Amino acid sequence: MAQVTLRKIVKEYEGGVQAVKGIDLDIADHEFVVLVGPSGCGKSTTLRMIAGLEEITGGDIAIGGTVVNDIPPRDRDIAMVFQNYALYPHMTVFENMAFGLTLRKFPKEEIKRRVDNAARILDIAPLLERKPKALSGGQRQRVAMGRAIVRDPKVFLFDEPLSNLDAKLRVQMRTEITKVHQTVKTTTVYVTHDQVEAMTLADRVVVMNHGIIEQVGPPQELYHHPATKFVAGFIGSPAMNFIPARLVNGGAALNVELADGIRLPVPEDRAARYAPHAGRDVLFGIRPEHLTELRPNDHRQHLATFQAAPEVVEPMGMETLLHFWMQGNEICARVDPSTPAAPGVQQTLAADMSQMHIIDPQTDKVL
Amino acid sequence: MSATTADTAAQGIYQKAGSLRGERRRVLIWAYIALAFFVVFFLFPPVYMLITSLKSSAEIADLNGNPWLVTDPTLQHYRELLTEGNYLLHFRNSIIVTVAVVAITMVISILAAFSLSRMRFWGSSVLATGVFLTYLVPETLLFIPLFQIIGGLGLYNNLWAMILIYPTLTVPFCTWIMIGYFSSIPKELDEAALIDGANHFQMLWKIFIPVALPGILAATIFAFTVSWGQFLYPMAFLVSSEQMVLTTGIVSDLIRGDTFQWGKIMAGALLAALPPLLVYAFLMDYYIAGLTAGATKG
Ligand SMILES: Nc1ncnc2c1ncn2[C@@H]1O[C@H](COP(=O)(O)OP(=O)(O)OP(=O)(O)O)[C@@H](O)[C@H]1O
Ligand SMILES: [Mg+2]
Repeated sequence: MAQVTLRKIVKEYEGGVQAVKGIDLDIADHEFVVLVGPSGCGKSTTLRMIAGLEEITGGDIAIGGTVVNDIPPRDRDIAMVFQNYALYPHMTVFENMAFGLTLRKFPKEEIKRRVDNAARILDIAPLLERKPKALSGGQRQRVAMGRAIVRDPKVFLFDEPLSNLDAKLRVQMRTEITKVHQTVKTTTVYVTHDQVEAMTLADRVVVMNHGIIEQVGPPQELYHHPATKFVAGFIGSPAMNFIPARLVNGGAALNVELADGIRLPVPEDRAARYAPHAGRDVLFGIRPEHLTELRPNDHRQHLATFQAAPEVVEPMGMETLLHFWMQGNEICARVDPSTPAAPGVQQTLAADMSQMHIIDPQTDKVL
Repeated sequence: MSATTADTAAQGIYQKAGSLRGERRRVLIWAYIALAFFVVFFLFPPVYMLITSLKSSAEIADLNGNPWLVTDPTLQHYRELLTEGNYLLHFRNSIIVTVAVVAITMVISILAAFSLSRMRFWGSSVLATGVFLTYLVPETLLFIPLFQIIGGLGLYNNLWAMILIYPTLTVPFCTWIMIGYFSSIPKELDEAALIDGANHFQMLWKIFIPVALPGILAATIFAFTVSWGQFLYPMAFLVSSEQMVLTTGIVSDLIRGDTFQWGKIMAGALLAALPPLLVYAFLMDYYIAGLTAGATKG
């Protein structure tokens, strides 16, 4: 059990590629932190530096208050689960899980007790005598987690552990991981490029991009208060719509004027925040779920309606996605499946302006 | 009406399926013909050796006899071989040299391959290529300079010289095979082992060697075959019969001037071929088990 601290961590691979460009991160004891970001943003590199598998070019990493920069992986008291599981193919499940303990010269009974306990948590007790090749992908994944659990390390590190599984199993294992973390409560750093995984698993999500941290926060905070355009577009699915717009003073209130001449009033409580940017070109951001049909007896305040004709209608079952174009930008709206919608037919849509975002196109910061 | 059309349609599909089976049978027949040809071709010499070794010297020399028939089988050649002369001594020498060379080769090449495939150090890739290049230098070129070295070490006409020289033939190739096998082991496996607390030696011993066992067996078989059958170096460096190994011993002891003791030569060669046969049969079981275990990974 331990906290993990990253201070100005830099990683430069030979050849001058800066994969990680000076990141700071504090992970509390028992916390489940997810590093998320697009491919190549430096997530794995960061995780591998914590593990000690990659040398640190600059900065300090501390685990449990001790700077571990020069401590080899085996003495960092960490356990890691790899994307391809990395099970030892010649050992049985039991031996795979016991390997780390055997090397550390634990007594036989203690090893057996720990392996049995982990096998019970993970539901793999009947598989202990099998070799990895006789296991399904999901079972291998469990064994890989079991190997980490038996060690009872200070920190768990996961590098995209679920991306080799099919969609259904992935959801199932996600729940499993949450369950395990609630049981063992070990500090966890988890890497994924799947934002749904990040949102569902994390106490706090770290959004990375191009080797820097864009934002750190609990999932809800990232969803409701993204700090940058990147985070706004990365978190949430389907992704947030960005529409070029202009902030204009219209009468008493501030308005977002979309390129089509559509004017949407800014809620009063935001007016003061945006007022200094009046008259400027900005990006208007709104999530598909806040762009809906106009419901009878709708009690939501700050609804602004406008007309649009969807070009593509995608019924998903629990909702229907409408795609339409506004001056070359594809916009997505999520409407109730009972809404009559057909391609090319004009339709009234309601934007929930209390959930809007204004982004400065120069800095990509959310205002 | 519609039932009949459905019937004929089904029939058409059924007939097509039948022809697939026929094709499989044709392929099998050809496979058997080809295999039979190779079996006959490769068994021809040993069978001939066996037949000749069972004939008396008089029968071998009889020009009118049928070379494929034994009229009066005898174990006389085997008896003489095993009771008189240095044949057993040569056999023992061959075993000593081969066992020592295989052991030395495997230790060196496994350690070399492990460091060349896994530990990045200055010049490691050049070294890996260099190892393979040395294998390409023919031994016929090497034995003259080696003569100087062996002479300088005072090991001329000494069995131990063979244990020193043979690894120059076996180590490069075995290292090269092992580099291939070790490189195919996913990097995450060593990283998992490192995190689990293994040092490099434990990683090699507990992960790499068991996982690459098929490769190690292949390399062992190669080293064994080369050492057991090596002819040029013992021919060049060993002169007295007591120091000789089987390959040269049979030739020098059983051919006196222009008298070839064919019966004993055949018996000796046949017995000399037994150990490789046993080693192959024994290791092949593991080899194939290992191969298939690797194949289903994924
Ligand atoms: N060994 C290496 N040598 C040089 N550059 C590397 C090396 N490993 C990674 N990189 C580079 O560092 C950057 C970050 O890589 P990293 O593996 O951390 O990405 P990632 O966020 O894990 O991506 P993914 O989601 O695809 O796994 C990439 O641009 C990559 O090309
Ligand atoms: Mg990665």
